[in-house]
Amino acid sequence: MSAHSHTEGQLPHEPEKATLEGRNKILGFWLFLGAETVLFGTLFSAFLALRDQVLDGPKSQELFELPLVALATGLLLTSSLTSVFATQALHMHKVKAMIWWLVVTVILGLGFLGLEIYEFSNYVHEGHGFTTSAFSSSFYTLVGFHGAHVAFGIVWISLLIGQLAKKGLTVTTAPKAYVAGIYWHFIDVVWVFIFTVVYLMGKVG
Amino acid sequence: MAHGHAVKRYSGLMDWLTTVDHKKIGILYLIAGGFFFLVGGLEALLIRIQLWKPLNDFVSADTYNELLTMHGTTMIFLAAMPVIFALMNAIVPLQIGARDVAYPFVNAIGFWTFFFGAVLLNVSWFTGSVPDGGWTAYAPFSGTTFNGDHGFDYYVLGLQIAGIGTLVGGINFLVTIINMRAPGMTFMRMPMFTWSVFITSALILFAFPALTVGLAALMFDRVFDANFFDPSGGGNAVLWEHIFWIFGHPEVYILILPAFGVISEVVSTFSRKRLFGYSSMVFATILIGFLGFMVWAHHMFTTGLGPVANGLFSIATMLIAVPTGIKIFNWLFTLWGGSITFTAANLFAVGFIPTFVMGGVTGVMLAAAPADFQYHDSYFVVAHFHYVIVGGLVLGLFAGLHYWWPKMFGRMLNEGLAKLTFWTFFIGFHLTFFVQHFLGLMGMPRRIWTYLDGLGFNEMNLISTIGALLMGLGTIFFLLNVVITAFKPKNAANDPWEDGRTLEWTIPSPAPEYNFKQTPLVRGYDAYWKEKMDGHTEMTPAEPIGSIHMPSPSILPLFMAIGLFITGLGLMYSHGEWGKIAGIEAGFVVGGIGLIITFACMIIRSLIDDHGFHIEPEELQDKGVKA
Repeated sequence: MSAHSHTEGQLPHEPEKATLEGRNKILGFWLFLGAETVLFGTLFSAFLALRDQVLDGPKSQELFELPLVALATGLLLTSSLTSVFATQALHMHKVKAMIWWLVVTVILGLGFLGLEIYEFSNYVHEGHGFTTSAFSSSFYTLVGFHGAHVAFGIVWISLLIGQLAKKGLTVTTAPKAYVAGIYWHFIDVVWVFIFTVVYLMGKVG
Repeated sequence: MAHGHAVKRYSGLMDWLTTVDHKKIGILYLIAGGFFFLVGGLEALLIRIQLWKPLNDFVSADTYNELLTMHGTTMIFLAAMPVIFALMNAIVPLQIGARDVAYPFVNAIGFWTFFFGAVLLNVSWFTGSVPDGGWTAYAPFSGTTFNGDHGFDYYVLGLQIAGIGTLVGGINFLVTIINMRAPGMTFMRMPMFTWSVFITSALILFAFPALTVGLAALMFDRVFDANFFDPSGGGNAVLWEHIFWIFGHPEVYILILPAFGVISEVVSTFSRKRLFGYSSMVFATILIGFLGFMVWAHHMFTTGLGPVANGLFSIATMLIAVPTGIKIFNWLFTLWGGSITFTAANLFAVGFIPTFVMGGVTGVMLAAAPADFQYHDSYFVVAHFHYVIVGGLVLGLFAGLHYWWPKMFGRMLNEGLAKLTFWTFFIGFHLTFFVQHFLGLMGMPRRIWTYLDGLGFNEMNLISTIGALLMGLGTIFFLLNVVITAFKPKNAANDPWEDGRTLEWTIPSPAPEYNFKQTPLVRGYDAYWKEKMDGHTEMTPAEPIGSIHMPSPSILPLFMAIGLFITGLGLMYSHGEWGKIAGIEAGFVVGGIGLIITFACMIIRSLIDDHGFHIEPEELQDKGVKA
């Protein structure tokens, strides 16, 4: 169970999987994402069951502004790409490049979050508050849970950037960065479903 | 300390508050789960005393509702689950030849969040607003319209916090079993208990997030005036039933599968025979876990889902009888022709088999949707689920506790007292619940406060109450046994039953903190038994003696859980009860402080690397023989 199976000063080929702790972390995180899938699956089901219950509030067709949402989608999808670049830099043991790609990822994530907050405040002005109807409650809960995940990811990756800058790329920091990468992709995949099921289906159906 | 990291090692109370050792966490789970088992049992006794005669007024109708709600919730989430986790923690790493679980730190978080969630739920008794709408918290009863007090706030927040602990525990055991098995311990050589824990953990992983969402949605309805389950806001009360049972049905398999695992170990050991049909046992366990997700709507036959849905869920439910039957026959064939020793542990296991079969048979009866319309919400259902949960799970847990007690504590429980426990508990159990089948068939509805005279319910309710008191007596005998045993010398041998088949019996009782001085080499199923049959007294080591890396203890898990506890309490009292601070509801301020504590602990954990410490070979030589 030694934490240092490599020669001092030289990183192994895949530093994130070099130690048992690292392998445990990665496997456990994949399993955690399995749980997250059920979590979002349940939120989607609740939304689909309740989305026609608008009461006196605005309908989804009147409410959603697709250009804004499309822009947010673009930002988040791009951030997923930059997080891949960060992981690639990790595999090439380039700490600096890695940090920069993570910084870009965080900035794009912040952009997404800003647009979402702007969007939500617009909706509230149009009479679509959290307590308006079952549609609004389930909408804000589903999209808000995703937004909270983005916010959490931003804080997490920012802290990681600090750690990478201070401690460099080691067999301890590598699994953390790798796992944050998978998390960020997962958030992206969830957003793809939200864009389709909530926004696109909300516009047509 | 090879790397020179000075790690503070605590003793006394601080040792228990900061421990990340899976064996100590197992004992903590056992103490806490045992405590809540007594609380839930006391609630059950009060229920039975209220029902011993018609038109009794021992407790008021309101108190009765609170008692039955808290009895169910406590027993499922705060008693059964933690005692299962106690056995998982104490035994699984030993059975697979691991020095630790995958995430010792997360393991501690799991325990403390469970504990503080459980405490939060029970704080309701002291603030005077107790959940009173049944453990299923059906909407709209559980909404603010019908439940304006804080009862269900305690329910949603307490269970939410406890649920976090269960989920991370499940992930921890999945990773431990996948990644940390000793050399040669292939999946198809794993002991049956470890297999059942593996499948149970997978069920926890996929079932608990549904409960998380359900509880969060109900909390939003109650605290933030959302409209998920409130029909006047466009919400849907049946949606709660779906979400609850999509979690709830797998939950009953989460509970029973570990008991199946325990029974497999105990029956095999005390028959001195290899478990009959090991691979079919594994297959049956996986199949039960899989089918467990397909049957949730059989709790909702009378909701009006229509004949097609009812038919499909009815058939899916009956299918589960097939793998369960495979297990029953395998246990019987294991016993068949074995040289059986009726130790107390084996008595519980052998008592389990017919009792669980009875619960299974009524399960198939309930699975027939048209018949279920008659049984629904009657005492027949109460009898059914107590046969599977008490007659199944609790007997299984008693078997496991008596069997593994020497491995957990280094002392053998008194066999005579243990057998007395078995007979009083077993007879008391059947007295309590057997008659309830007939009460149900005669039309006595469940969850009622009292009943009229002259309906023919009197005698059977009296018998049921006497049985409940006997079960209470059995529990007292067990506690007595625990106390008496605690004063005996710690002298249990490595293999106290002398017929141990699996790896946990190759190491001292109780296990040293590093478990295995040398990781063992596993050469087949029933690894230790195989060595014994080949004339060896111990396992072949898979590594030379070397220094062993251990994780450092930490107080952070405790504080994370306390933070969540504060948040839960704050969120509940956010409707003006505590006034305002700087224009914001004081409840939200308190809730925010709690969250800050939790997140601060997470950040500290992330920023400061845990290098752990090493136990050196010399130290092993000193400690090696000591228990």
